[in-house]
Amino acid sequence: MSADINIPVQKVDHREKVTGEAAYVADIKLPGMLYAKTLRSEKARAWIKAIHRPELPEGYFIVDHSDIPGQNRVKIVINDQPFFAEDRVNYIGEPILLVVGPEKQILLEIMAQIRVDYQDIPPILTMEDAETPDFQPIFEDKKYFADYQITKGNQEAGFAQGKFIFEEEFTTGYQEQLYLEPQGVIGVYENNQITVYGSIQCPYYVRDALMQAFGWGSERVKVVQTTLGGAFGGKEDYPSLIGGQVAVAAYKTGKPVQLIFDRSEDLEVTTKRHPAVIRLRSAVDENFKITALQADIRYNAGAYCGLSNVVLQRGMFNIAGVYQIPNIEVRGRTVATNTVPNGAFRGFGAPQAIFAIEMLMQIMAQKLDLDPLEFKMKHLVQKGELTITSGTFRQEVKLPELIAAVDQISDYRRKTNEFRSSKEKALKGIGMSLFLHGCGFTGSGERDFIKSQVKLRKLPDGKVEILAANTDMGQGLKTTLRKIVANSLDLPIESIIYQNPDTTLVPNSGPTVASRTVMIVGKLLEEAALKLKPRLNEPGEVEVVENYRHPLDMQWDDATFRGDAYPAFSWGVNAVEVEVDPRTYEVQIKGIWSAFDVGKAIDDRIMRGQIEGGILQGLGFGCLEKMECRQGKIQQRSVTDYIIPTAMDSVKMEHRLIDNLYADGPFGAKGAGELTLIGGAPALAAAVSNALGVPIHRLPITPEYLMEVVKNGKAD
Amino acid sequence: MVTITPKTLDEALEFRSKERMIPFAGGTDLMVRRRSWSGTSPHFEYPVLFIGKLPELKKIAVAAEDNILAIGAGVSLTELLEHPEVPEILKQAIRVMASPAIRNLATLGGNICNSSPAADTLPPLTVLSATLVLQNTASRREVPVVEFIKGPGHNDLKTDELLTAIHIPVVKNNFYFYKKVGTRKADALSKVSFAGLAQTSDEIITEIKIAIGAVAPRVVSSVEAEAFLKGKPISDLPKLLPELKQMYEEYIRPIDDQRSSAAYRKEVSFRLMEHFITQLK
Amino acid sequence: MGKRIEFTLNHQKVSLETDPLRRLLDVLREDFELTGPKEGCGEGECGACSVLLNGRLVNSCLIAVGTIEGQEITTIEGYRDSERFKVLDQAFADAGAVQCGFCIPGMIMAAEALLRKNSKPSEMEIREGISGNLCRCTGYGMIVEAIQLAAERGAGLW
Repeated sequence: MSADINIPVQKVDHREKVTGEAAYVADIKLPGMLYAKTLRSEKARAWIKAIHRPELPEGYFIVDHSDIPGQNRVKIVINDQPFFAEDRVNYIGEPILLVVGPEKQILLEIMAQIRVDYQDIPPILTMEDAETPDFQPIFEDKKYFADYQITKGNQEAGFAQGKFIFEEEFTTGYQEQLYLEPQGVIGVYENNQITVYGSIQCPYYVRDALMQAFGWGSERVKVVQTTLGGAFGGKEDYPSLIGGQVAVAAYKTGKPVQLIFDRSEDLEVTTKRHPAVIRLRSAVDENFKITALQADIRYNAGAYCGLSNVVLQRGMFNIAGVYQIPNIEVRGRTVATNTVPNGAFRGFGAPQAIFAIEMLMQIMAQKLDLDPLEFKMKHLVQKGELTITSGTFRQEVKLPELIAAVDQISDYRRKTNEFRSSKEKALKGIGMSLFLHGCGFTGSGERDFIKSQVKLRKLPDGKVEILAANTDMGQGLKTTLRKIVANSLDLPIESIIYQNPDTTLVPNSGPTVASRTVMIVGKLLEEAALKLKPRLNEPGEVEVVENYRHPLDMQWDDATFRGDAYPAFSWGVNAVEVEVDPRTYEVQIKGIWSAFDVGKAIDDRIMRGQIEGGILQGLGFGCLEKMECRQGKIQQRSVTDYIIPTAMDSVKMEHRLIDNLYADGPFGAKGAGELTLIGGAPALAAAVSNALGVPIHRLPITPEYLMEVVKNGKAD
Repeated sequence: MVTITPKTLDEALEFRSKERMIPFAGGTDLMVRRRSWSGTSPHFEYPVLFIGKLPELKKIAVAAEDNILAIGAGVSLTELLEHPEVPEILKQAIRVMASPAIRNLATLGGNICNSSPAADTLPPLTVLSATLVLQNTASRREVPVVEFIKGPGHNDLKTDELLTAIHIPVVKNNFYFYKKVGTRKADALSKVSFAGLAQTSDEIITEIKIAIGAVAPRVVSSVEAEAFLKGKPISDLPKLLPELKQMYEEYIRPIDDQRSSAAYRKEVSFRLMEHFITQLK
Repeated sequence: MGKRIEFTLNHQKVSLETDPLRRLLDVLREDFELTGPKEGCGEGECGACSVLLNGRLVNSCLIAVGTIEGQEITTIEGYRDSERFKVLDQAFADAGAVQCGFCIPGMIMAAEALLRKNSKPSEMEIREGISGNLCRCTGYGMIVEAIQLAAERGAGLW
């Protein structure tokens, strides 16, 4: 392969998927395999006083915390979440035990006979509850898993320069990943070794969790990824919990154990995007320049910390959006509540923050009687300027080109004025969002925690195998990584092999998260390929190893959050046109346009898939996907009630890519996966605002919410 | 659980007369409501009577002498869409019901007997003055659809009866309006559904029917309000609106649930009503 | 409880003794090891379990197997050797319509059911035809294009 890398090729996994031959975890049946069903807490917070178990028929088992050979804590960031509840439960749906056996009907009968005696503890059901002194904290003696602060410039001085002061509060709700394939894992214990197969985004995370659960070395633990039916972050940390559970079940029973979630269970108990409350205060001087921004960000973490603190950090680092604001102060908190723990979802804390800042910019412009886009463009960050964490934007910022491209394909400028003054029956509106995404792990994470390694192995038949732990969850990684290696080696893509990762066969090249894989792992593979290239003609097997090297000019202090939070940024602009029914306030999407700078697309068609899928998820977050927790219980527990867009809810989309080659990415590529989700909701909100002439403070923008806003000027 | 697949309607009614059974036609509601863990059978507390294939229930015909469209209870929603005689307002409702795959299985009789407050065929059937044919081995009775539904999941079907046909009088109306406010554009459940039919002559309302779904335990319709509107000149309608709303006020009693709010449902019901009557010419 | 049920599965007569209330989806996946139809929701909302019943699209999770006596069921496994499938396969590849793939066997069956009824569907008719098949990866645009492409290339086949 030597043509331009971005020219599309047929995806390498196309054929097995289109024929239905690809094996997802629920399609796998191992000899003697048992099924598992989870008994869950019915209480938001309680002591477990006793568990009454029926006599079990032969071949049936109950697996609980007492069966765990090592530590009953899921290794994620801090060790607070048990695999199985011990003496207390902290949310409705928390796993207490597994019932395991060969016949599902009998498992249900056993489940029905188990009685748990609870003694209620007053639960912290909301972020407001957590602020009152009435409750015993969940996490040690703290209300928050984290309470962070970042400062740039001088806050007081900034506000002193302000002539106009704004104060707004924005809220966003849960969003469920709703990967089409529900969570699932299989545990196997044989030859003194535990193996977990499953729908797993990060096989090494699960391996580390198993090592801690069993207290074993890596030689006795193996994790293998099966074909992933979507993940979007939802299978980043959650498989560590259920992987540990089936592993312990397999160890106890001596047989393979399969645990597959029903959809209702998946909706109710797995991690979601954090509901957020974001208060912003800003100051604008007489020249209409923003002089200060103060932010208070609270994310509802749920009952256990999981990845919440890292999610919060990304939210905080995004709160100024793409705007240059000299004085900033941000407080961020992850609030512990007795609700389902939240976690990673494409965008990872950024979509909430970008919605808030984009709406604030819109509201400030409207109140100052300025054109929102012109006001935004007056504040765009530029190369060489400081980031919110006082790092540096090192690459040229091509936002003006991106805006021009979107304006050209959407006719945004003309429409926004026309719609604002129009008095037609169907209310039309158009909105534009500007956003960025920091690529890869925060700060020194790659260097200090991940320490990626990849290998390339030339086989005796001339083929080259990629040895890396990264997973294709639909985003096309099997194709893009092969393309990178094939192009670097001048070999056809058919000569490159990349299997689903098995942790005993591949080095730890890090998790497939944070829009890092093509940029970081792809670069390592490109470098490995360049090392291998002169040795391709050597006989037999040749292996080359490449280890991560941190960019020397990147500085980061994890204690103060100062320095370069990310090695590079990708950029995006979205425009969305809507029509709002003046009687029902139903929002109909009429047009979707976008432009992105992802450095260089490794495959234009795969990139288009990322763009269109990401934007529609963002628009779902914006107007359809409502999930509420009442009295600790998730209310939308079926796909009938949790609404994601159908083909009828979307329209044909148009996009442009603008190259901006990044030296530390393969062929100039930066991150792309998460970026595409972030701009949908704020562009939609701006469009609705344009149509109705009211400010938007909440996601999702349901017709119910719009009716309240139009009636009262605000929602209750 | 026992299942029985009768070959004829008579055979089916015979089984119904002997013991309590659960009639099962398309199954699209029953299989969801009674589903259990994936890989296990759905749960039914009584024997199941499969009636979806009974030839007597699969017919659509216009009886010329009494001008009645008779639709077999086992006709699928797709078959209704494909039939030229089915009234457009009913087709409009069906077109935005569920998904193509579900419409291929789901039956009109099933949607009625499921008796959900949000059942999408009920508002159009109500304004079309549809009647339901209920049969047992001995007799046959006809009940207006508005009287058949008793509340959420409750209806007038006796344990020895089957709903065999839906009768719709063939009447000309020069105005009809149907609007479903769903949770999304397709494959959605109703937050509010509104059906209105009217006949006008010389700018006077000669006939009018209004039905609203998903805003009360049963479809909302008011004979009193319809009588109030009949005979009124169209030009008077705007000023009669407040009085009209007052007449519906006590019937529109929506709930807050996981799909919408009571306040929204009520407000939208009135707005759609206003839209319908102000469109009449 | 068990009953003998006979039907045509992927062009062959099959017979099994089982509980007639079992979901067709479970029978296909467990008794016949046809794992092309997937379970995404178990309530007829996602379409991942779509199959054809006498040529019409249905959700196999909503069908009690006792109701299909004498009927004809086609899954992706019984369709993938056909000429029409070849056209859809290539169109899906060229449009880049496949990401995680979990919805795809059902989506292909929905495309076949649509094209069978309407060999030249408009964009809106395609969107309507696949409106019961959820996809969380693609945003649908590339799937719609794939079906349009197949309709063009497969002129005469449907």
